[in-house]
Amino acid sequence: MALDEARVDALDEALDEAWELAPQVALRDEAFGALAYHFTTRRLTFLKSRDLVDVVRLLGGSTTLREALDAAGVDAGSWDAYARAVLALADGDMVRRREVAA
Amino acid sequence: MTVAAERPMRLVEHFEHGLDAPICLTWELTYACNLACVHCLSSSGRRDPRELTTGQAERVIDELQAMQVFYVNIGGGEPTIRPDFWHLLDYAVAHNVGVKFSTNGARITPERARQLAVTDYVDVQVSLDGATAEINDRVRGAGSYATALRALDNLAAAGFENAKVSVVLTRENADQLDDFKALAESRGATLRLTRLRPSGRGADVWDDLHPTMQQQRLVYEWLLAHGESVLTGDSFFHLAGFGESLPGLNLCGAGRVVCLIDPVGDVYACPFAIHDTFLAGNVLTDGGFARVWRESSLFADLRAPQSSGACTQCAHYDGCRGGCMAAKFFTGLPLDGPDPECVQGYSEARLAADRTIPAASQDHSKSGSSHAPVFVPLGVGPAAPPARSCSEHPLEGFHPHVDHQGVARG
Repeated sequence: MALDEARVDALDEALDEAWELAPQVALRDEAFGALAYHFTTRRLTFLKSRDLVDVVRLLGGSTTLREALDAAGVDAGSWDAYARAVLALADGDMVRRREVAA
Repeated sequence: MTVAAERPMRLVEHFEHGLDAPICLTWELTYACNLACVHCLSSSGRRDPRELTTGQAERVIDELQAMQVFYVNIGGGEPTIRPDFWHLLDYAVAHNVGVKFSTNGARITPERARQLAVTDYVDVQVSLDGATAEINDRVRGAGSYATALRALDNLAAAGFENAKVSVVLTRENADQLDDFKALAESRGATLRLTRLRPSGRGADVWDDLHPTMQQQRLVYEWLLAHGESVLTGDSFFHLAGFGESLPGLNLCGAGRVVCLIDPVGDVYACPFAIHDTFLAGNVLTDGGFARVWRESSLFADLRAPQSSGACTQCAHYDGCRGGCMAAKFFTGLPLDGPDPECVQGYSEARLAADRTIPAASQDHSKSGSSHAPVFVPLGVGPAAPPARSCSEHPLEGFHPHVDHQGVARG
């Protein structure tokens, strides 16, 4: 149980943080979503939905992940799933946390 | 890695229908080569006089940038033989097209290694087909082992991080996997292991060099054990028939997510299919690469639903999806049946029966080269050189034993 709670906390935290696409990453739109390519690590990642691509593109201009999800019109019921996706992308350095000027 | 936020989509189906641009593009810059490896996919040796000019090659790179082809696998021949190779490398990188290039290492001097070490977005693959000089040089030619190791040493000394040691798996080196890995790691490099294809001159030696079924099993287990620490170019998806899928893309990407541009600008469905049957068009005469990729009728056919014949009845079909198109084609097997190395053994009867190996569409091999290795299977006397279609050897066509390949290729 403790593990599950920790996971929920991590998702909440991610939703409240500011994110951006890593500068070495390029997105290429495709019918299924997009390819994300990291020029330094040479890793290719498949973003498997258009909505996720929209959210990732909105990250840099949003103060929090929540704001990006809202702007992309993502149903609040699936925000946790998106937070998990963003954390997975962060593991591969595809997106990263961004300092927000006070 | 794939990341899905909600419902899992079948990415494989998208790939089968083809993407707007290739994910993995191979570009053979030249057919010229200082070596004459017995299994060369592109039958390289002599330069083709129609080779793309520097300007034409730059226009291809411009198109790749516009299509967001993030990186290109450059090969040959030996690509560094082109006098403008280093310029084209810089040009590609400056246009957001990363470069991974394959080399036999002959021109990776200490100075070039230092230059590569300070260039972003460049990856170097040094080819090596034996963990010992004896095994390697039988396939790649005398001295080629020493050349490759010198190149790897130069890269390591220059601080080039994570070069690749690129090995084609054969019957003779399949037992050296741990040695290859150790050899790579001792130089800060990563092992890349790919499948022997019966393409180009590979058709001449495939019967003798492709791994045995027992070796395939061991390789499969070795790859599962080493996971993503060993690169494979996703080339062993036919091994998924043993049970578990290996990491990567487990399907034939030919004309769907993969293709090849050859030195004269011809576009083929995949790097292992340099043959008229798989020629989609030309970047100079058919309106550019993007147009060939998007509009060629061959690629449209490859992206249409394929008939996989008897394979669709197999319990492992979802794993291997019938295997490699090029491997079937160049061994004379039907394209809608199993891979010649089907690990369930469904190709054994057909391989043993009469089959017609397709004649090569082109051959840039150097004729009568005294440096070229002549592959003789271990344990067999030196009396049976492999037939080569343009060989000028006076004993050409004289074989103490007759095999189907020699008959078909003439």
